[in-house]
Amino acid sequence: MAEPVLDIRNLSVNYLTPRGTVKALRRINLQVPSAKVVGLVGESGCGKSTLISAVIRLMAENARVAAGEIRFTGKDMQQLSSRDLRAIRGRDMSMVFQDPMTALNPVFTVGRQMKDIQYRDAVSGKEKLKRASDMLSLVGIPDAVSRLDNYPHHFSGGMRQRITIAMALLVQPKLLIADEPTTALDATLEVQIIRLLKDLQADFQCAILFISHHLNVIAELCDFVGVMYAGELVEKGSVRDIFHRPGHPYTRALLECDPSVIAEPTRFLPTIPGEIPSLIDLPEGCIFHDRCPGAAQVCKNTPPPEVSLAEHHTAACHCLEV
Amino acid sequence: MLFYLLKRIGLAVVIVVVAVVLLYSMIHVVPGDPASVILGPRATPEMKQELHELMGLDRPFVVQVASFLGKVARGNLGMDFFSQRPVAQIVFKQLDETLVLVLASIGWAMLLGIPLGCYSAVFRNTFSDKLVGFFSIGVIAVPSFVVALYSLLLFAVTLKWLPAIGAGEPGQYMDQLQHLILPAFAIGLGWVGYIARLVRASMLEVLNENHIRRARAFGLPEHMIVFQYALKLAILPTVTLLGTGIGRLISSAVFAEIVFARPGIGKLIFDSVVSRNYPLVMGAVLVSTVLFVLSTTISDSVNAMLDPRVRERL
Repeated sequence: MAEPVLDIRNLSVNYLTPRGTVKALRRINLQVPSAKVVGLVGESGCGKSTLISAVIRLMAENARVAAGEIRFTGKDMQQLSSRDLRAIRGRDMSMVFQDPMTALNPVFTVGRQMKDIQYRDAVSGKEKLKRASDMLSLVGIPDAVSRLDNYPHHFSGGMRQRITIAMALLVQPKLLIADEPTTALDATLEVQIIRLLKDLQADFQCAILFISHHLNVIAELCDFVGVMYAGELVEKGSVRDIFHRPGHPYTRALLECDPSVIAEPTRFLPTIPGEIPSLIDLPEGCIFHDRCPGAAQVCKNTPPPEVSLAEHHTAACHCLEV
Repeated sequence: MLFYLLKRIGLAVVIVVVAVVLLYSMIHVVPGDPASVILGPRATPEMKQELHELMGLDRPFVVQVASFLGKVARGNLGMDFFSQRPVAQIVFKQLDETLVLVLASIGWAMLLGIPLGCYSAVFRNTFSDKLVGFFSIGVIAVPSFVVALYSLLLFAVTLKWLPAIGAGEPGQYMDQLQHLILPAFAIGLGWVGYIARLVRASMLEVLNENHIRRARAFGLPEHMIVFQYALKLAILPTVTLLGTGIGRLISSAVFAEIVFARPGIGKLIFDSVVSRNYPLVMGAVLVSTVLFVLSTTISDSVNAMLDPRVRERL
């Protein structure tokens, strides 16, 4: 594999809170190869959003990178000055946010906002607006030229998400980060937006780091998948490996909980019993041991090793050791 | 925008009419006969009757209000019975001084308060933010007449840098400007604190919003984010505050006007209340009411100019 666009090594992130240090991310290793789509899946609060805010270096004030490094196109993001970071954001790396209703500034026209993100380019304002309207047509906004003068509240939620996608692609990034871009939309729109992203990714050949808790969306869009649980990346592999040969018990439990795979009508949807452990007082051994159906004594006391199951497919579990 | 303006001006006219009717009713509901006050204790019933007819007080109330409204619409605010001069002339003569004073006070307070608020929000919880906060609360707490008195003592009496009283010779702009500095300082100082606090609070709120995070994720320069993307939203509550603030100051700059012995609407109302000069009180209050409505109309229109959601709603 060539050098990945994004290379996250051994990353740990803590939040300093009055109740103690929340170890939100621990020893994350994840690579995003160029022009591939990598999905991150996990429950709410498992650290997906913390991970991407660490990648784009827009973290909460009380967040601290405790260990590890993030290399983006070979550069160590930790070492960059805020000026260099700003040069990367919105040029080599851009982002689509979760909530399209609040992701655009309500008092500036869409055209103005799309023009401003090209502020580095030495072309005329007219040319920038032309690029903006071309991109809007590409994401399926009819009558794009005249709609540049509209304000965000003139667009529906789905339209607004198309606009934010258009903005993110307008700068022709090497890496596009999508933070649950369809969570705030209804199911039909979700399908449309995912197809759109997939088509555009094929055209633009950018890498995408895609966050979702929707397994179907991940399966449809991604080449590689990382499964996160309580701040750890418990399993990663190609989308085929994860969905057809899941190794980690959490991944298996998660796939069983997907309502779309339930064959028989039932009164109760399947769930994973137990609760996510406190991220302040972590268990000594495996993070999943108290909810794991196959937990042994060793799981309680010793952190699990990373076991390689196939090429690019690893899972952190004692039970997978031969 | 034009549609918004028309609607807003229509609303303003309605408000003014209601205010004028209320004002007229209030003055006439309170006990006491204006004719007795004007003519003094030795007036005969015949003289009072004559004056009643002259002032139109013998006609039905509704007719009185209607004819008053009609006169007001033509710019006729009645006669001042003491000086025998039209009320409108007296009031408008004072109006210039007051407007200049109020606009100068709010103007410098705005020029200082808005950047201070932005600075505080951007560098929140640092020492300089706390210093700005301390200063703001301090100047809000001190009444403007205290500032007026002490600045008068310091700059006019002790240091003799600036003139103490009056508004300056008419037509001599440098002289008028020198006379303006101290009262404008006294009135504006508290507003600097108000504006800085308000801008800081709304700026902090806006800077936490999602679209600002998105702007940062696109690497927009920080000055563009703060002074364009955030400020255009964060300034909206301040514009509203200034609208009512300027409107209120027109009649309540009276402390500074008295301390510095400047002519002005506030002082005019004060003097005419003391001397029970009803037509003059009415005229002055009416003009300041109209200006209040005008000021809030302007601030609403500025808000509508800044925020497309506002101008499309009303």
